[in-house]
Parts: sequence; C-alpha cells; structure tokens
Amino acid sequence: MTSPGKDHVPRMTAQPASGGITDALWKLFASIKLTLVLLLSLAVTSIIGTLIPQNAEPAAYVAAYGEPLFRFFWVLGLFDMYHSWWFQVLIILLCANVVVCSVDRISSNRKILLVRRPHFQAARFSNLPDRAGFEDARPPAALQALYAPYFSRKARAVQVEPSADGFRMFGENGRWTRFGVYTVHLSVVLLLVGGLIGSLFGFDGYVSVPEGDTVQQITLRNSGERLRLPFAIRCDDFSVSFYETGAPKEFRSSLSILENGQPVLQKDIIVNDPLRYRGISIFQSSYGSLPSDEAVLSFTSRSTGLVYSRQARVGAEIPLPENLGTFRLRELRHDAQFRGHPVGDAFIGTLTPPGGAPEEIVLPVRFPTFDRMRRGEVAIAVDEFKERHYTGLQVNQDPGVEVVYVGFVLMILGCYVTFFMSHQQVCIEVERKGARTQVTVSGTANKNKAAVERRIRRLAGALAGLK
Amino acid sequence: MTSSVILSAVTFIYGFAGFLYIFAWVFKKPAAGKMATGVAIFGLAGNAAGIGMRWVESYQLGFGHAPLSNLYESLVFFAGCITLIYLVIERRYANQVIGAFSAPLACLTMAYASLSPNISDRIQPLIPALKSNWLIAHVVTCFIGYGAFAVAFGVSLMYLFKQSEPDAASGMIGRLPTLEALDELTHQLIVFGFLFLCVGIITGAVWANSAWGRYWGWDPKETWSLITWFVYATLLHARMTRGWRGRRIAYLSIIGFAAVMFTYFGVNLLPGLHSYQAMSK
Repeated sequence: MTSPGKDHVPRMTAQPASGGITDALWKLFASIKLTLVLLLSLAVTSIIGTLIPQNAEPAAYVAAYGEPLFRFFWVLGLFDMYHSWWFQVLIILLCANVVVCSVDRISSNRKILLVRRPHFQAARFSNLPDRAGFEDARPPAALQALYAPYFSRKARAVQVEPSADGFRMFGENGRWTRFGVYTVHLSVVLLLVGGLIGSLFGFDGYVSVPEGDTVQQITLRNSGERLRLPFAIRCDDFSVSFYETGAPKEFRSSLSILENGQPVLQKDIIVNDPLRYRGISIFQSSYGSLPSDEAVLSFTSRSTGLVYSRQARVGAEIPLPENLGTFRLRELRHDAQFRGHPVGDAFIGTLTPPGGAPEEIVLPVRFPTFDRMRRGEVAIAVDEFKERHYTGLQVNQDPGVEVVYVGFVLMILGCYVTFFMSHQQVCIEVERKGARTQVTVSGTANKNKAAVERRIRRLAGALAGLK
Repeated sequence: MTSSVILSAVTFIYGFAGFLYIFAWVFKKPAAGKMATGVAIFGLAGNAAGIGMRWVESYQLGFGHAPLSNLYESLVFFAGCITLIYLVIERRYANQVIGAFSAPLACLTMAYASLSPNISDRIQPLIPALKSNWLIAHVVTCFIGYGAFAVAFGVSLMYLFKQSEPDAASGMIGRLPTLEALDELTHQLIVFGFLFLCVGIITGAVWANSAWGRYWGWDPKETWSLITWFVYATLLHARMTRGWRGRRIAYLSIIGFAAVMFTYFGVNLLPGLHSYQAMSK
C-alpha cells in the first residue's frame, strides 16, 4: 500500500462525484497543467511592467508612446501593471490552484501521508536495483537479536516478519518529508495573504520635515490623500556626509516622537536603520535643502566707509542708515546666474535708493565682495546664513509583514525538505544458505535515489560490523 | 592594486583550464584532463585569494566592506561560484566534459569583469543603501544560485548536443555522459540553484524592508528575479509532477538561465532602485 517508489499516485478528486460544475472547477484547479500555464503567464506578463516605467505621469507616457498607444496601454492598466485587475486575477488563480492542488493531493494520498503503522510488502523489495549484501556465519536467530535493537534506533516503524529460512526486517524514515512540498505551497499562500493584509490594513506614505519642525500628517503614496498619525514626528537635526570621492556616505536624521506634545522617543535614523513606534516604521528616504529665509547682511557705505550689520528676513523691508534707501530680501536661489554666469547659491534682493528706481541685487553667498563691483553708494554682502535641510521620510505600517516572514521561513524549510530529503523504506532480508547466512539490504525512496543507495551501503556495512 | 592583478591572472588561468578541458574532451587525453582539474583548482584558489585580498585592501583604504558591492566584485564572485560548483560535480560524478563548458564560462565572466572598459575595478566606498548586514547574505546566496544555474545551462547545452547523435559510442559526443545522466544532473543543479534563488530573493526582501520599508516593490530587478523564479518553478513542476524529461527540460533550463542573465545584466538598462549595481565608471 505504501509506495514511496512512486511519484504518481492514482489521481482521484477529493470531492464527491457530483458531476456538476463544482466538480469540473475542482478538476480544473487541481491540474498541474493549469499551474504550468499560470506560472509561465505570470513570467511573461511580468516582463511588461519592467519595460514600461510604472506609475509615471500621464503626460510622460503620452510623450513616449503617443496618444493612441497611451490609451490602449491605459485600458490594459499597463502603467500600474502589477496592481491591474488582470494581473491580480492571475495571482488569485495561482493561489486557488496551489490550494486546490494541495488539498486534492493530500486527501488522495492521505493513506500514505498519515498512516500510523505502514504495511511493508516483501515483494516490493525483491527486485530493487539498490541492494547491498554480505555473508555471516551466525544463524538468522542470532542476527535478529543483534539487528533488531540497532535497526530500531536507526529507523521508524520497524517490523519483523519470518521467512522460510530466516526473517525480513522492515523500517522507514522521513515519511513526514512528504509534507515538504505542501509546506512550500502553504508558504506561497502565506506570502499572498500577508501581502493582502498589508494592502488592506496598512499604509505607505511620505513626509518631508524641515529641521526643527514637527509634523503629524503624511501623504499616502497611492492616493495622494493626507493621513493623520497617532503621534507627531519632530526632526531635531539632519546631516549628510560625503566620501572624498563625492559619493554620499551617510544620511542621518535625529527624530523625536511626540505624543500630546511631549517627546516620548528619540532616535537617529539612517538608511537601513529605521525607527519603529506603535507598529509604524519611519525610514530615511531622501533629503533636500530649504530656501533659507534669514541672513545676516552687511551694508558698507561708500561715502563714510562704515559697515552696518543687519538681520534680514525674506520679504521684509529694512531701512538703511545714512539715508541710503531701503533693501528688501526676496529669495535664495540655488543656481543663480549673474549676466549668464552661474554664481551658485545667491540671495536676490531689491535696493531702492531714496528717490531712485528699484534695482535688483544679486548676492552670491560664496563671494562676499561681489556687490562692490556694482560701484553703488552701498555695497551689500551676505555675512551669515544658515542652510536649512529637510529630511524626506517614508512612513508606513504593514501588519502583514509577520505573515510574510513566516511564509519566507516556511518556503526555505519546505524547499530544503522537498529537494534534499526523502521518504525511504529499507528491507533487511536474512536467509540461511547452507552453513552461511546471507544478509541483503535493499531500499527504496520517493526521490533522491542516490541518497537511499548510500544509506543502504552504510547500513550493510554497519550490520556486518555488529558483534 | 594587487588583488586586481591576481584576479586578472585568474582570468587566464580559467582560460587555460578551459583549453585543457576542451583538449582532453576533443582528443581524448585523460592526462590533459587531470591537469585541467589542477589548473581549475589553482584558479579557484587565486579567485578566492583575490577576493580575500580585496576585502583586506578595502579596510586599508578605510572603507572596510565585503567585496560584493558592485558589478566588478559580483562578477568575480560569480566566476568563483561557477568553478566551485563545477569542481564539486566533477568530483561527485567523475566526468570532466562539463568542464569544457563551465571553465570557459568562468573565464568569460572574469574577462568581462577585468577587461570591459565600462566596469571599474576600483574599490569604492559603500553608499548608504548598501550598508547592511544583509548585503553579504543576499549577494552570496544569489550568486551561488546563479552559479548553479550557469552550470545547469552548460549541462543542458550538452544534453541537446548529445541528443543530436545519442547512439554515438566514441568521438566527442560519445564521450559525453548519457542523456539520462545529463538530464538528472540538470535537475539536481536546478533544484540546488532554486533553493539558493529562494533564499536570495527572501534575504533581499527582508533587506528591502529594513532599508526602504517594503519587502516587495516591483522594482525591475525584483520583478526579473521573480520571473526567473517562475521559469524554474515551472521546470520543477513539469519534471516532478508531469514527468517531463530531456529536451523540454533542457530548453526550460536555457530559458531560465537567459532570465538569470537578464536579472543580472539587462536590468541595469532599465530604471530602478538596484541601479547602484550599474556599470559605474
């Protein structure tokens, strides 16, 4: 009845033969042909989404593919392909296929999978190619007393049956390994269930926090909607460091978590080391600098040579001493140009002399003497300005991760068991032949025949050495 | 840098081993075959030494990271995996003909790493995204898998070659292992590679979850690794449950390796988060 040597077990459906549409569907989903078709379809269709950039702006697609092709791709959902209805249907079909196949096979093989006391048939071992033997002078009865305790330690479900001139001893190992493949299938289902839990009950968003600022709302990546977090995030500091080569070395944000305005947790996060609080994870994902809105400017009067230092805010007008007029700081530009030449970071301002026309002034941060070249009544320079960074944070919650991770572990264990272990059955046949006793060890396995061959040789060697 | 010199030399050692394997196969010279094994082992030792020295050198430069961080380093590791897996098979199956496929493959991989003008052999510091303990686990498992698939690809080619004249008792085709043995070997290599591919994708997913906050994002490299997984999963199901053998399995194995190659190289042509692996100058 137990037949580890056979890969193919007679296929019968677990469903009662109702003959209706349920039966037909069950048969369809229990078929490996469907598995092959689905796996290959997923492989081929997945390619599309790697060739067409996903989730870009519609305008970019129209520019790249033209209007008619854009419409066609859009109808097929190719711009967010992995979330399109037809791709999800393929995945759901595969999931149903995996479940039905497994249930079908477990139920039709349950006598092999779940048997307590397997029944061994001597005939099954008589013609096996994998056998090893030796001769012994002792009579079968003496050998049986010797072999039984040894073999009981090495194998499970050991049984002895008398034969005409001696006895046969059967045993097996690794019946449980037949569940390996179902473990892999279960892991696939867990991955999909975990992914579903994440997409139903989790969120994925981002937020930019300027240094010193506190935020509580994030923007969701999929919908663009705003979401209020159960706590606030304050960015105390952001720093970026570079290698000598110019490549970035580290992005570091010092974050505080605030509940009801009170800091409850402080942590520096870097890429690969996020902050996790109340099931929500905060990752370092980008950074940038903010237009600075404050600077300390110096005004040098040409007539008196006196230097006046003034705090300036973007938008605010400052009256200048010595009746030199007024100055208004307008903005900080990152790639400012002066008469077509790049001058780097520069403040742009407007100088209005008394009774004169307003004049645009460019104040490059790196060149404090720049404005002297204008030869005006007053020369202006940027003495001090602090660049402000903002940190780009990814904020998400995925309650499905644990399920997915269990799936990962089961997949690795299941693959190992399926590929490298097997259900092996061994028969030790002992026969008196004249003055000698012939011992033959033979065995069979549901896979990995090479392993059972090695095992037989080892077992024969060990039995021959028993004293 | 000394490690680069050693690794350049390894290219030629693998090339010489490949020449000897082919020579032994074509002209039936067992002596050349014995020598080929020695040369291949020597090349593998040099390969390993080069990787080890590069590791030390990166510490001397103040960067201090495992030499698995860019295309050059991954190619060098890949060549080592191919050779190691081949040598294990040679020992287990006592047949050298596969060396005539795998040693030139290792040589080409090394040559591409050392000679391509687009690939820098400079030791570079790690960018923030790569600074993780998962780097070693992810890259090592992926490339052991790729190495097994590469050798399986070679064996599948041999299968198709042998099938063109299955009854030849002598000559080049006659000296190939039997069709059954080649088919079984393809299967075993793919089973081995598939387990490592699974672990490689999973370690990558866990790493992505700690770096980017998601374990799967349909980035082109991730997607292509999944496509590879689908192809080999198809092969395993076709063989284990539908009883496919021989030519169809060989074709699937070749398609699977093409997917591996695209996952490895082709994806650099596509936009995505794995672009740090691209051919930086």
